[in-house]
Amino acid sequence: MIKAVMVMNTQGKPRLAKFYDYQPVEKQQELIRSVFAALSSRAENVSNFVEADAIFGLDSRLVYKHYATLYFVFVFDSSENELAMLDLIQVFVETLDKCFKNVCELDIVFNYGKMQTILDEIIFGGQVLETSSAEVMKVVEEILKLEAASNAITLVPKTVSSWRGR
Amino acid sequence: MAGSSIMETLFQRTLEDLIKGMRLQLIGESAFISKAMEEIRREIKSTDLHTKSIALQKLTYLNSLHAADMSWAAFHAVECMSSSRFAEKRVGYVAASQSFNESTPVLLLITNQLRKDLTSVNEYEASLALECLAKIGTVDLARDLTPEIFTLLSSSKVFVRKKSIGVTMRLFEKYPDAVRVCFKRLVENLESSDPQSLSATVGVFCELAAKDPPSYLPLAPEFYRILVDSKNNWVLIKVLKIFAKLAPLEPRLAKKVVEPICEHMRRTGAKSLMFECVRTVVGSLSEYESAVKLAVAKIREFLLEDDPNLKYLGLHALSIVPPKHLWAVLENKEVVIKSLSDEDANIKLESLGLVMAMVSESSIVEISRVLVNYALKSDPEFCNEILGSLLSTCSRNFYEIVVDFDWYVSLLGEMSRTPHCQKGEEIESQLIDVGMRVRDARPELVRVARSLLIDPALLGNPFLHRVLSAAAWVSGEYVEFSLNPFELAEALIQPRASLLPNSIRAVYLQSVLKILVFSVNSYLSQTETLADLEPGVQASQMENSEASDLASVRAPIESEHDEAFNPGVLDRPSADISVEDIGTVADGDGQTSKFVSFRKNGFTRESIVNLLNLVEVAMRPLSGSLEVEILERACNILGLIEVLKREMPAQFQSEMVLEKEELEVLELIKLMDDAFSEELGPVSTSAQDRVPIPDGLVLKDNLADLDEIMGDVKLPSSNSFSLESPYYAERMDPASSNVQSKEDSEASNESTSLLAEHRKRHGLYYLPSEGNGTISNDYPPANDLKSGETTNQDDPEDFVRLTAQSLVSKKKPNYAKPRPVVVKLDEGELVLAVPKKQDSRDDLLSGAVRDILLGDDAVKLSSSIKGKEKVNMDPLDSKENMHDMEHSRHRKSSSRRSKQRPHRKERGQTSPEKLGMEKEEHGGKVKSKSSHRHGRQKSRQKAEGSSDVIVQTPVIPDFLL
Repeated sequence: MIKAVMVMNTQGKPRLAKFYDYQPVEKQQELIRSVFAALSSRAENVSNFVEADAIFGLDSRLVYKHYATLYFVFVFDSSENELAMLDLIQVFVETLDKCFKNVCELDIVFNYGKMQTILDEIIFGGQVLETSSAEVMKVVEEILKLEAASNAITLVPKTVSSWRGR
Repeated sequence: MAGSSIMETLFQRTLEDLIKGMRLQLIGESAFISKAMEEIRREIKSTDLHTKSIALQKLTYLNSLHAADMSWAAFHAVECMSSSRFAEKRVGYVAASQSFNESTPVLLLITNQLRKDLTSVNEYEASLALECLAKIGTVDLARDLTPEIFTLLSSSKVFVRKKSIGVTMRLFEKYPDAVRVCFKRLVENLESSDPQSLSATVGVFCELAAKDPPSYLPLAPEFYRILVDSKNNWVLIKVLKIFAKLAPLEPRLAKKVVEPICEHMRRTGAKSLMFECVRTVVGSLSEYESAVKLAVAKIREFLLEDDPNLKYLGLHALSIVPPKHLWAVLENKEVVIKSLSDEDANIKLESLGLVMAMVSESSIVEISRVLVNYALKSDPEFCNEILGSLLSTCSRNFYEIVVDFDWYVSLLGEMSRTPHCQKGEEIESQLIDVGMRVRDARPELVRVARSLLIDPALLGNPFLHRVLSAAAWVSGEYVEFSLNPFELAEALIQPRASLLPNSIRAVYLQSVLKILVFSVNSYLSQTETLADLEPGVQASQMENSEASDLASVRAPIESEHDEAFNPGVLDRPSADISVEDIGTVADGDGQTSKFVSFRKNGFTRESIVNLLNLVEVAMRPLSGSLEVEILERACNILGLIEVLKREMPAQFQSEMVLEKEELEVLELIKLMDDAFSEELGPVSTSAQDRVPIPDGLVLKDNLADLDEIMGDVKLPSSNSFSLESPYYAERMDPASSNVQSKEDSEASNESTSLLAEHRKRHGLYYLPSEGNGTISNDYPPANDLKSGETTNQDDPEDFVRLTAQSLVSKKKPNYAKPRPVVVKLDEGELVLAVPKKQDSRDDLLSGAVRDILLGDDAVKLSSSIKGKEKVNMDPLDSKENMHDMEHSRHRKSSSRRSKQRPHRKERGQTSPEKLGMEKEEHGGKVKSKSSHRHGRQKSRQKAEGSSDVIVQTPVIPDFLL
């Protein structure tokens, strides 16, 4: 299964961090830091895999991809195929790209929620459930529409009406 | 109140505002966050759910990326979850799945909310609940929500169905009994026409099968169908992973799947699928030559790619090729060796592993030379990787591949001189281990130790201190092989030794003592014999006595001098030290020739006196050391020297008349030398088990009342325990520890009386009182060298034979001497495979799955209905009042489970129609027993054994095979 997904920039600032086993916050920060340390010590044009046993415990591998100022990192165990995970990063980034039209770090910073929605459609509780970015887009748009619809009703907040009622 | 909440609502910052604000803040991030947190804490208390949800959303964000604590907001998350508006509900769910864990108290409150949302008509609401459950599902939640998941597993909406399939993973893990309810529905989904559900189902089975492969053998036909039919690479990869686990368990299955897998390998263009095929073949189907050949050809394609990822994976695949197909590695030798100098650390590491796999008796010397040279040039990290793998390869299975130990010992010396070497500990233990196990290597070992010890530069490298400690021990223990003990002694007391940590300094001193005793003893015994044989020597000794007078005159001066500056050792400029060091070393070297010339007729009186003076001078300052280990040993040495000095002149002057006192000295020294030359051997790891338990010692008694006892007397008991810390226990022989404890008891009368009182009250926990000495004598010697040696008498021939057959025979050095005997202690020292303890929950899970699957088969067999229809046979699936059924089933399940096994057994025995049935039941039981006890690995081994395979076979329906 997939143990964690992280997006961080080349300075080590996390932009997204999702752990599929519960980890206390301090531990999360520590993991992010050690992953960044492992990544930043790697040269360009080398393989994208890192043995992560030391960071995430036995049977952990890590695959990352470096796009412009961002690292996309997936941590997984022996039930996943390394190259398939690399493809999955590609799917994730492609979906983001479709969503934001030429995605850049700022898009990701300002649309944290949307990025998380997209990821949740691809990976569910550590399992890969969807690999087609078109399908993901469809669902994400649907969810955003639903959210917008439910928020529209609150243009006049409930508190106001209750206040009037008194 | 109401007014303030309007203000909050109108002027509340959204998550977006927060993020923007954070980018523009000027007050520093942490200050900004704590301000934002204050704001959130205020807003989240709002009665308006919208305000609350936005505050919660911000909190979730800060928690995820900026480590803000949100455990306090658990109840607010629950409130948001129950909102009727989707946006607010979603915020609540996201917050819950991010922050809840087993110990979150409000978990109890969400069961009903989850149930409500799971059954919601809005598929997105159901999806939220499913996601949350997959992330935070506890035992209680899993138990209570199993019926809802069961319903969703056959939902017509793919979107919900695939997520409910995903959630079963967590469900089974937390609540194994859910298997009884949901498993059949899950299996049904294997035949689903919808690719997404199929993919999800296969994914779940892949995870399940990884935990307990044998339980899923009965599903092999379904997986086989997918393997042949599916066109989806994701699904195929997962199915391959499942077969990689199942194939080793069932040879006929392996035979069946090997062809389709090869077909995929030939046909596919997707590297990921190809890699998975390769991995499955080399890992699990390695007995099929043609398949392995094909896989190795594909690996070669990977190796020749420019993409570092493929190259790395290719090397990785090579490394899992089992040893019997070593040809695969040898075929790609050039690529592998070239990869050693790749810029990618992953590739370097993999190729290092492969190089080590190619090592054999005949090539080890060559390869080690290349690698050590390579280590000199590479970066520190990789250098240590190289050294580490060399050390572990060479020491594997008691130095199996090392034939020439003189070479190996000098290799160890060379490795420790590698500039980046950080493997001190490993080298230390191997130096000592080789010394104890291989008698023939000792002279060389002492030589290597000498060269390490006399090099003052090495003392400055903290990583080497452990190596030096081993060298010091070796030089003391095997001093009889030394060409020049005086030189060793000088090396051990050189001033720079003060750079060593105290514990290692203590080892140095102990070795000095051993060398001293050895030298004096050799001298005395030699003069004894010489005195009988050659009166001429006495004359020369008389001459020498003058020189010795000189020396003794010099000694006080020296010692004064030394005492004058030695306290300031640390303050002295380092240049000074090194000058002195060179002086010492040069001195040593100068003496070497002299000593070597003396060597023939042994030790002269002059040299002994010199040695004594030298050591005395060096020990004086140490007798004031603050570290007890050093202090004690230095004092021991000084005491011995004093005794010797008092007695020695008498002996030298009274020509060859041995008086009573001298005899005493002689005896004393002889006794000590005997004690030191008692050979130490390796200790078997199971030595402790072989110690018979003395009569009257109750080890397995209930210690429940121990607490009470400990409560009585706290201080003294803890003191006496701390004395016997494992560190001391290891280092002290029984004699000295006895001395220590005796001294101790004399020292503190108070605690003794307390202890005595304690003993009187709780005699049960004490050994018989006059015990220690006598009991330890009763123990069989832990290091029984003789038995070890006899078992290995025929080893050299064996190894010669092996060498002749070795695989890499490019350059075979001709060994003039046979491989020396390596002492091994029989079976006891084999590293016991630590039995993997299986989680009891896992056990329950596999038990449940087996019950379902075997029960399933039983139904199928007994009613002789075709396999495909079996699922519909299940009474659960009959459409009417499914809900009630499963409820009742679910409620009964715990009581059922306890009944299940006897029930099954009964059925197996009474079932008249199939003999196979009985076998199957039997097999199932044997299997489950073994897996319970020894974990997965053992059970797989067992399954590979022929008897078990026969027993298992009925599990696989025949239409597959």
